[in-house]
Amino acid sequence: MDDTLIRVEHLSRHFGALRAVDGVSFEVRRGEVLGFLGPNGAGKSTTMQMLTGNLAPTTGRITLNGIDLLERPRAAKACVGYLPEQPPLYRELTVDEYLALCARLNRIPRREARAAVGRAKSRCGLESAGGRLIGNLSKGYQQRVGIAQAIIHTPPVVILDEPTVGLDPIQIREIRALIAELGREHSVILSTHILPEVQTVCSRVLIIDRGRLVLSESLEDLNRGLGETGLRVAFEQPPADTAAIAALPGVTSIQDLGDGRLRVCHGPDAEPAAALARLAVERGWGLTELSPERRTLEQVFVELVHQDGNRAENAA
Amino acid sequence: MMVFTLAAHELRRLFLSPLAWAVLAVVQFILAWMFLAQIELFMQWQPRLQQLDSPRGLTDIVAVPLLGNAAIVLLLVVPLLTMRLISDERRGQTLSLLISAPLTMTEIVIGKYLGLLAFLGIMLVLIAAMPLSLLLGGGLDLGLLAAGLLGLALLLASFAALGLFMSALTPQPTVAAVSTFGALLLLWILDWAGGLAESGESALLRGLSLLRHYESLLTGAVDSRDLAYFVLFILAFLVLSIRRLDSDRLQN
Repeated sequence: MDDTLIRVEHLSRHFGALRAVDGVSFEVRRGEVLGFLGPNGAGKSTTMQMLTGNLAPTTGRITLNGIDLLERPRAAKACVGYLPEQPPLYRELTVDEYLALCARLNRIPRREARAAVGRAKSRCGLESAGGRLIGNLSKGYQQRVGIAQAIIHTPPVVILDEPTVGLDPIQIREIRALIAELGREHSVILSTHILPEVQTVCSRVLIIDRGRLVLSESLEDLNRGLGETGLRVAFEQPPADTAAIAALPGVTSIQDLGDGRLRVCHGPDAEPAAALARLAVERGWGLTELSPERRTLEQVFVELVHQDGNRAENAA
Repeated sequence: MMVFTLAAHELRRLFLSPLAWAVLAVVQFILAWMFLAQIELFMQWQPRLQQLDSPRGLTDIVAVPLLGNAAIVLLLVVPLLTMRLISDERRGQTLSLLISAPLTMTEIVIGKYLGLLAFLGIMLVLIAAMPLSLLLGGGLDLGLLAAGLLGLALLLASFAALGLFMSALTPQPTVAAVSTFGALLLLWILDWAGGLAESGESALLRGLSLLRHYESLLTGAVDSRDLAYFVLFILAFLVLSIRRLDSDRLQN
């Protein structure tokens, strides 16, 4: 059986002259958690709305669990659980009533609905909130109800638009653990602004900017790329000639940052810090600072998005 | 059936808000007042009616004016009930819950409409209970009453269809309510423009007027032309609502 649960091909959506999403293609397999990153207005939410049938694409194809969303929308939508940016809650209902309604809307038979509600509640930590009115719940609990709603019919595809917004740090950890758990049996797409979140829960990263896909990589590959790192060093008497440092094993390049500071770049597996310290003591340079530098996902994000912005400006 | 799940949900939501209870109470109180006034009138006329050997009875003097007045009161009230049907869901972003669920747009619209009809049905039963209570002490022309109640039911269903459409047009419930009220009132008084002249336009305007078709049912004449008018009116606005919601998803 084909294990690709989400397949998106050349998806575009225009709003008048604005191309909110422009030729995006990607695939998500079972057991993957896809992190969807991008600045505000990049087209994340638009893409998610198209994936869940809330917006029709201008061009492109969406296949969910092998079912074409545009040709057989009802069957395809049955495979998706969706938490929009603002959780779609009826404030005047209690949590139990609301989840029972969601179970019925997703065609769970009446006799199994109660069990489904119980399961969704326990997965989202809502056991004690069943009888409370949704309107009286805190933002964090409302968010949990929103997630419970998305997974109540145990869909193969779960799409969460910024699921951890407005939660406290403990709740964020719990929701992340829940997402990781969901990722084992479902495909999850998760959009977020919080970059460490991607690094903790996602197995793949997509970065979208101005409607176009600028990065699509598994987190493993990305981490390997990020391994290309450096050391930041500062000396009291900086050496006039850095050839001795460049000769150290593993060092690939040296940048002078001024003020007696250097950035020493090295390969991912080399550890030149000890050798560098020894050299500095031998030569009497007066080492005052030595700290490892890693490229973070944030830097990658800023570079990609920034570059892209420049390109667009040049083109204009 | 998904449509009935949605209808039950809609009815339940209506009764969770104080608005539905307030509407039921106020409408019932006002109509009861009018009903008692008509009975008072009947009591005064009764000796003279017997002398005149008039065919006009209890149904003509009490029940038919009650139903006529109920139509006017409900013209004011139904927009308040329909205004939130879709606009509220759009505002609260809950519409995407329904759209993401495996439902078609038609099911969503019909489900909501049936939920509201169920509520209006309850109101209709309460209104009908007043003239029917006269059976305890007098005789009623049940055929005439049934024709009148059928007319009121169709009229309310038409109000609801128009209100649903207006609610689909705007995310502001109050705008939906005002537009619904304006459109209904215009359709109600459309035949005024024609005056008494028997020209082609005035016949057309009379044909479009809600009031004319309701009045003929109130006289006890169940004409298929009137029934067709109401059915077409309801279908037209339901289809327009479905189209309106669909166009949100599509290219704009």
